[in-house]
Amino acid sequence: MTDRLLDVRNLKKHFPVRSGLLQRVTAHVKAVDGVSFHLDKGETLGLVGESGCGKSTTGRAVLRLLPVTSGEVLFRDKNLLVLGGEDLRRARRNFQMVFQDPFASLDPRMTVSAIVGEPLSAHGLVSSRAERDDRVVHILEEVGLDPSVLNRYAFEFSGGQRQRIGIARALVLNPSLVVADEPVSALDVSIQAQVINLLAELREKLSLTYLFIAHDLSVVKHISDRVAVMYLGRIVETARTEALFSSPLHPYTQALLSAAPVPEPGKKSERIILKGDVPSPLNPPQGCPFHPRCFRVMDRCSREVPGLVERKEGHFAACHLYD
Amino acid sequence: MNEHTEKNIGQSQHGLKEIFKRLSRAPLAMIGLAIVVVLVFTAVFAGFIAPYGYAEQDLMAAFEEPSGAHLFGTDEFGRDIFSRIIYGSRISLQVGFIAVGIAVFAGGFLGAIAGYYGGKADNLIMRAMDVLLSIPSILLAIAIAASLGPGLFNLMIAVGISSTPNYARIVRGSVLSIRNQEFVEAAKAVGSSDLRIILKHIIPNCLAPIIVQATLGVAIAILTAAGLSFIGLGIQPPIPEWGAMLSGGREYIRDYAYMTVFPGLAIMITILALNFLGDGLRDALDPKLKR
Repeated sequence: MTDRLLDVRNLKKHFPVRSGLLQRVTAHVKAVDGVSFHLDKGETLGLVGESGCGKSTTGRAVLRLLPVTSGEVLFRDKNLLVLGGEDLRRARRNFQMVFQDPFASLDPRMTVSAIVGEPLSAHGLVSSRAERDDRVVHILEEVGLDPSVLNRYAFEFSGGQRQRIGIARALVLNPSLVVADEPVSALDVSIQAQVINLLAELREKLSLTYLFIAHDLSVVKHISDRVAVMYLGRIVETARTEALFSSPLHPYTQALLSAAPVPEPGKKSERIILKGDVPSPLNPPQGCPFHPRCFRVMDRCSREVPGLVERKEGHFAACHLYD
Repeated sequence: MNEHTEKNIGQSQHGLKEIFKRLSRAPLAMIGLAIVVVLVFTAVFAGFIAPYGYAEQDLMAAFEEPSGAHLFGTDEFGRDIFSRIIYGSRISLQVGFIAVGIAVFAGGFLGAIAGYYGGKADNLIMRAMDVLLSIPSILLAIAIAASLGPGLFNLMIAVGISSTPNYARIVRGSVLSIRNQEFVEAAKAVGSSDLRIILKHIIPNCLAPIIVQATLGVAIAILTAAGLSFIGLGIQPPIPEWGAMLSGGREYIRDYAYMTVFPGLAIMITILALNFLGDGLRDALDPKLKR
């Protein structure tokens, strides 16, 4: 058996909707509704899906940045969801996050040295300013920033440089798992490639494991070993990257892939146009959540929720078509 | 294309220096700052500046008009009003700054807790503050001063408590807006404790409105203290306090108006200077006016 780092089982995150004078809970937004996946050491799992499908919520729930409704998150066989208070805070050393917006995720009143050094100080790993700066300089070099930036403020940098600072902060503790929540979607296209390559480089160098959340398929294809496709709070298909991109099984994945631009002039791809909008997670459809928009819908789809079943080796899809 | 070329865009222009630079563009604020600096000097070196002692009586020279010997004249006991005003600046500034210090500290602490944790703590603290706010602050100060008894220290506590709710509200509001920013979530994600997040991220980011309110608050505190002394609940004679001097000169206002005019002017100029400074700081600290 391979080295299992993270095992997420049946994770659910429901946000209560309160209304009325007494603020009673009248409904739940099922942002994440029974998501299971695993990550082996050194592996990168790309989590894709359109906005609002719950991919960022999944990432945050795994890191316990949000209270989770139910499920299990086993990190090195220990369930993170039962940890509380100080235990959880200490456990955070091992799993870090790179945020989407490099402008909002860095404190405007802190210098680079304080931002990147904060994890070290928070865990009491350095005893003096000089020691902290030493380690900060080291990690800044790893992410391609000059040590002279140490005493500058975050607002003095460009988006790409800020994201490098954010990556340095996530890596300074030498974590084993990094959740990257759309780390390049706020950047210019020219900078995106640099940051993606940096992340890939650091993965090899520091033997990191990534949960890479994105909506850009080409980015995910480039960096991931495996890909999981989410729709309306559930994973509908997961497979090795090549298998998923060459022979997608789930109609939603097929539609998603057909929408991605093909970088070959003259080659025409068959575009699958989905009808309708994404249903509200407040009131998801009965049966398969995708059935109202599916172009291969069957009778059964509106009644039964399909399970995520292995169709080929390592290729799982939640669709009745393959039963 | 290479983002490393942008590396040397000049040294950091943040912090006090930058704030002062922006403040210096507002002439009124600089006048205010100058007056406040002069006042602080006067208070510190009162013993050297004042030509007479504050309790030095010379009954032969009572009720003297302003002259070369007595710049602002003398009061009913022949005490030099100029000297008393100079010594009085000590009391006024002490009361102003320390009372505001108490209010900022207590209000900031309560407001930060209410804003950061929300829910029940928020409700409990803010409803208590609402109760305090529903009483006019001068009445509240009178009530507290009356129950504690007169004296400098009690005066500062009374003024401090009566202005605490204002700071609690401002801090809570700022904390609420900062709490949901991504850098706070990032700090949580790296494993910072709540205390660390509040001290290192939330408080520094909501400092600007507090500094402004505190500068204006010093003026209000001085005024409240003068008011309490005026009605006899503040500083007791013979300690010179501007409000108490006003009150003492009141009986003679028809014949010897200078006895009330000079302490009144001292209060007015101080408040005006602090208000100018506060207004200037508000503009200087506003991030929207940056650059």
